[in-house]
Amino acid sequence: MNVAVLPDPSVVPVRRTAWADLREAARLWRLAVTLGWLDVKLRYRGSLLGPFWLTLSSLLMLGSMGLIYARLFHVTLREYLPFLALSLALWQTGLAALLQESCTCFIDVEGSIRSVRLPYGLQALRVLVRNAIVFAHNIVVPLGVFIAFGLWPGAVALLALPGLALWAVDGLASCLLLGSLCARYRDLPPIVSALTQIAFYVTPIIWRPEQLGSHARLLVFNPFFDLLEVVRAPLLGHAPALRDVAVAVGVSGVFCGVAVLVFARVRSKLAFWV
Amino acid sequence: MSMSPLIRLDGYGLSFPVLHGSARSLKKTLFRQMRGAVGGTMQDGDVITVQALEEVSFTLRPGERVGLIGYNGAGKSTLLRALAGIYESDVGVLDVRGRLHALLDPQAGMSGELTGRENIHLFARMLGFDRAATRQLETDVEVFAELGAFLDLPVALYSSGMAVRLGFGLATAPRPQILLMDEWFMAGDQHFQDRAQERLEEMVVAADIMVLTSHSLPVMRKWCTRILWLEHGRVRMDGGTDEVLDAYEADTAALAG
Repeated sequence: MNVAVLPDPSVVPVRRTAWADLREAARLWRLAVTLGWLDVKLRYRGSLLGPFWLTLSSLLMLGSMGLIYARLFHVTLREYLPFLALSLALWQTGLAALLQESCTCFIDVEGSIRSVRLPYGLQALRVLVRNAIVFAHNIVVPLGVFIAFGLWPGAVALLALPGLALWAVDGLASCLLLGSLCARYRDLPPIVSALTQIAFYVTPIIWRPEQLGSHARLLVFNPFFDLLEVVRAPLLGHAPALRDVAVAVGVSGVFCGVAVLVFARVRSKLAFWV
Repeated sequence: MSMSPLIRLDGYGLSFPVLHGSARSLKKTLFRQMRGAVGGTMQDGDVITVQALEEVSFTLRPGERVGLIGYNGAGKSTLLRALAGIYESDVGVLDVRGRLHALLDPQAGMSGELTGRENIHLFARMLGFDRAATRQLETDVEVFAELGAFLDLPVALYSSGMAVRLGFGLATAPRPQILLMDEWFMAGDQHFQDRAQERLEEMVVAADIMVLTSHSLPVMRKWCTRILWLEHGRVRMDGGTDEVLDAYEADTAALAG
């Protein structure tokens, strides 16, 4: 760090310091973008297709799952495949990827944390940028399927943008919360991974909520459903239900609140934990 | 940024947890607390708190070049990291004002998988350099590090000497008001040493306050105007270079003899 004017820790309350951390991170957004790009570049350096390897594997998964589940659910491929392609892309490279990668947000950069003074929020931004890039590479799969089947959601698809913005905010909060907790407790990432796997099955991703019949109202207890719907529904051509939007925003608000409180409490200990 | 730089510590203390074994596990921690709640014996697990710095007070003003000495584990590197804002504590007062740059780790912020040139660009971005300043940094480091064609190869392929030259070239590019330096900066072969010395001197001369840790007393005598002798996280002695170093040498000799 070239410019580092430290506040006096004896007079600055903890909350303010966490706030200052986030503000400084926002100021350094260009660096976050560079770091995020480099992460993706490095992960796929030397491979022919780059991040499109992931696209290819999504395509394989989609093909095999589409054929089997369309049969299991007694629906036509034309009905099922676009839905599945979109849902899988949104879940795997969207919500699930953010949850999983937020766990190692700080652990992955322990060397840098211990030798360079950079705001912790910067690492959260970096994880977000990295995931946004991978997400953009993968969204071509459902896009291709939509084009192949001649589907077009229309202007209502733009409503997915505020939904994606909500995901971005949740992703940052997740980095601050899970990133901090996972730095402290190293058995947490596998626990998060197991819970994410369960969420995959109990959330309407490969199946439609209507298939639950009268039990569909049980989905009230699964906030992942509402979070998914605020992005998926517009892309499938209809506005999300007001109830889903309300739950998604409410749950995100609580999540962000908890994340900021936890981060404010433990931020100064992170350098010792990683 | 025209304010005059300053470092002030008053009754500063820093302790940190050393986590290992079951303290790293959420499941075991929860289980232990549940046992504690139902009347079992509560153990603290494997959390050990180390008191790294205690009751440290001093003020450094512009023009001061300060050496930190002390035996291993005395708290030199911890103090440097606290001054750099990496470790934080709310015991006592720590006030650091001015543009600060810390040379703590030769590979700081460098990625082995990136090429030398990419690392230079990344470093420039960390310092918030614009395009022109980045180009200047690139030329400057290219000339200093003498990497030739290796500059466009991943750093992981470098010999350790090449990696140090690149890291050193980068780290010594900024011109801060406050310079913090850990002892690794004195390492390297003789040819490199001479050139590094020259480059470091430019940086030291330009800085208003320097804090340096080293085991090399000649280096201290050459560069420092004041020495802080740390022992078990406290300041054992604080004074002029020769006075403190002579006492330190006498103490070392007594320990050895």
